[in-house]
Amino acid sequence: MTPKSIAVWATVSVVAGLGWAMLALARGEEVSAAWMVAAALGSYAIGFRFYSKFIQYRVLKADRTRATPAERLTDGVDFHPTDRRVLLGHHFAAISGAGPLVGPVLAAQMGYLPGTIWIVVGVIFAGAVQDMVVLFFSTRRDGKSLGRIAREEIGPIGGIAGLIAVFSIMIILIAVLSLVVLNALAESAWGTFSTALSIPIALFMGIYLRWLRPGRVAEVSLLGVGMLMLAIVAGRWVAESSWASAFTLDKSTLVIWLVIYGFVASVLPVWMLLAPRDYLSTFMKIGTIGMLALGILFTLPGMKMDAVTDFASRGDGPVFAGSLFPFVFITIACGALSGFHALISSGTTPKMIQKETQVRTIGYGGMLMESSVAVMAMIAACVLDPGLYFAMNAPPNIIGADLATVSQTISQWGFSITPDQLAEAARQVHLDDEGLLSRTGGAPTFALGVASIFSGVIGGSGMMAFWYHFAIMFEVLFILTAIDSGTRVGRFMLQEVIGTTEPLVGKARRASWMPEGLGRLLGRAEPVLGKFRDVGWLPGVYLTSAAVVVAWGYFLWVGVHDPLGGINQLFPIFGISNQLLAAVALTVCTVLLIKSGRLKWAWVTGVPLVWDAVVTLTASWQKVFSDDPRVGFFSQRAVNQDKIDSGEFSGKELEDLETIVTNTTVQGTLSAVFALLIIVVMADAVRVCVKAIRNPETAATHEAPYEESQIIAPDGLVATKEEKAELAAAGLGPGGGIPEQRTGEQEPAR
Amino acid sequence: MNATTANTAATAAAPRRALARLWWYVREFTGENAYDRYVERARREHPDAPVLDRGTFERRRADGHGSDPREGFRCC
Repeated sequence: MTPKSIAVWATVSVVAGLGWAMLALARGEEVSAAWMVAAALGSYAIGFRFYSKFIQYRVLKADRTRATPAERLTDGVDFHPTDRRVLLGHHFAAISGAGPLVGPVLAAQMGYLPGTIWIVVGVIFAGAVQDMVVLFFSTRRDGKSLGRIAREEIGPIGGIAGLIAVFSIMIILIAVLSLVVLNALAESAWGTFSTALSIPIALFMGIYLRWLRPGRVAEVSLLGVGMLMLAIVAGRWVAESSWASAFTLDKSTLVIWLVIYGFVASVLPVWMLLAPRDYLSTFMKIGTIGMLALGILFTLPGMKMDAVTDFASRGDGPVFAGSLFPFVFITIACGALSGFHALISSGTTPKMIQKETQVRTIGYGGMLMESSVAVMAMIAACVLDPGLYFAMNAPPNIIGADLATVSQTISQWGFSITPDQLAEAARQVHLDDEGLLSRTGGAPTFALGVASIFSGVIGGSGMMAFWYHFAIMFEVLFILTAIDSGTRVGRFMLQEVIGTTEPLVGKARRASWMPEGLGRLLGRAEPVLGKFRDVGWLPGVYLTSAAVVVAWGYFLWVGVHDPLGGINQLFPIFGISNQLLAAVALTVCTVLLIKSGRLKWAWVTGVPLVWDAVVTLTASWQKVFSDDPRVGFFSQRAVNQDKIDSGEFSGKELEDLETIVTNTTVQGTLSAVFALLIIVVMADAVRVCVKAIRNPETAATHEAPYEESQIIAPDGLVATKEEKAELAAAGLGPGGGIPEQRTGEQEPAR
Repeated sequence: MNATTANTAATAAAPRRALARLWWYVREFTGENAYDRYVERARREHPDAPVLDRGTFERRRADGHGSDPREGFRCC
């Protein structure tokens, strides 16, 4: 390192250190969000400059002369070498969703410090490492999916357990995301109307793209965003008009609409609804996140939440139950480490990357961006008055349902908020006086924080309501996209599984022990089962779509009718399942490091794996076995079963108790099954690793053979001096793919 | 051309270049250039074969994306 760069990095470290010190040591007064920004960005910079470089060159030994699948298998459609800056945009748009916005908001109940530390430390040592290493290994294997890699490198048992885990996790994911939407839209005519209008807008865009001006995505997206803004403005008019009652829906009605929507959307052709809405939500996502970053930097708001609240040590918080370890890590989930990203890193991205050496920019860098979104969500939650925060995020069975009771309960916790303040806050965003009470799910809190930051820049308090509904719309849009695409993925998996039973049934039918009648029946079923594999066979599509929708619809219904508060009960299962998926991804990475003779570097993914496994299995254990009825599903079940058995309850109360008993049984069983599936995957992996360490010569990995790359492209976002010289020597301008800066005759990416 | 006019020309060109870069990025990002890429490729590799018109190409491309929903999956 040159003296200049030593000086630069020393300064960055001092700034980051100062940020952390200010966050940790502040007591009793507002802390400026500037310190959180400094701590996070400084730490990211150091992690990216030093740790990700170490992983790329020392551990993975990424080779810039080796051709990637995009180059070797190029077909101009799926496999197509894409400029690194464009691919970073694609990758980020695919990995970022509602998770990093919701998790930190819920975790804020323990104060901003525990959550922020995990968001930043977790991403540097676990989340970004996972995304980058999975991307690298998938790139080396023709862009194969995580599931395929697991089957090939670990074995069929691990592979099948992984498949079942991914399917069930997908169901829970959709249910929880839907619940977030529901809680944001319930009893809000404004939000419901604007959201409903987004469907015809997307349909219009779809028709425009297919028939009027095929392929002009940029112009139709701009049109769509314009119409969406109008829809948000019009939401206010509707809410103030006589139509308001038609769009003021309770949660049960919304569940039905959402389930119908989920089914219809997932069986329509992609071009009609999914693709155009995806353009819309991507533009909104990138625009809003960019605006929020600027808004925070511009206003540098003060954070009113304590650094660490009493709920952190006591573990009896109203937002989610359980102690700091393991539940903060479970709740933060996506912003620090997300198993779902492994599906993207082994999906589209490896088929488009130009150079192996770009995995650092795209995999690690993309995840750092996601983590910074989580930090912004934390800031948005913490700029709100803590009293308001708890009023919005605690379920009614804890804080009560009227302004006076809520205000009183929250004061007992040491945060003061008057009934008038609660009503005023709700009126400001155009809701009923009680409209913000128990508006759980994280999205409304995030939206309120965003609105208070944005209205500080544009429009003042008069614009609060617009910005609040704008932020709600932004979240709802991409959650609807996730519901749609998640249902399709679930259906696809189900079709595949049913299709693969065809030969098994055939075998059973011909077996000697098979009674004749049943054999004939199976003989008729056999070709039908095979048809399920054909994704164009409509009865199969309808049936499997319906099955998937009913599955998540069930959990959604349960979440809405849960007397204990749905988010409270379901979010931990979602967090656990996402972190368990991360454990599978990190297991695959560690196995691959060991099988390819890099035992001494196995700690790079091995240590985060062990940490993640300890956290998640502890959480699963507590969810299943804890004696505390607020934490353990089965002890909750026992307490409520006892109440039923006592015979003292009747009517609505008895119904509630019965609901709780059923719900906790399902949820507890599910937690146990998830944990068991993952233990199976990990045990199978240990077997493979031990074998590979004992007989290194037997350990064959399924890497694609070396082929020399012809592409000339820089590794980082900005080309270095050497890379620029290399580009110039090849007759390409410094920008590589930018036409105006291209000076040779050659193609930029060939 | 003296140095001053060259400078003025460069300053005037800067915003235009920035806009061109932005437009390039948007087209790449949204996949609008997929058709151009296809035409270029088709002409190069099969100079005699007919080339699809844009509408047909885009419709086929969109339908292809529907066949495996795991492409284009959106995360949580």
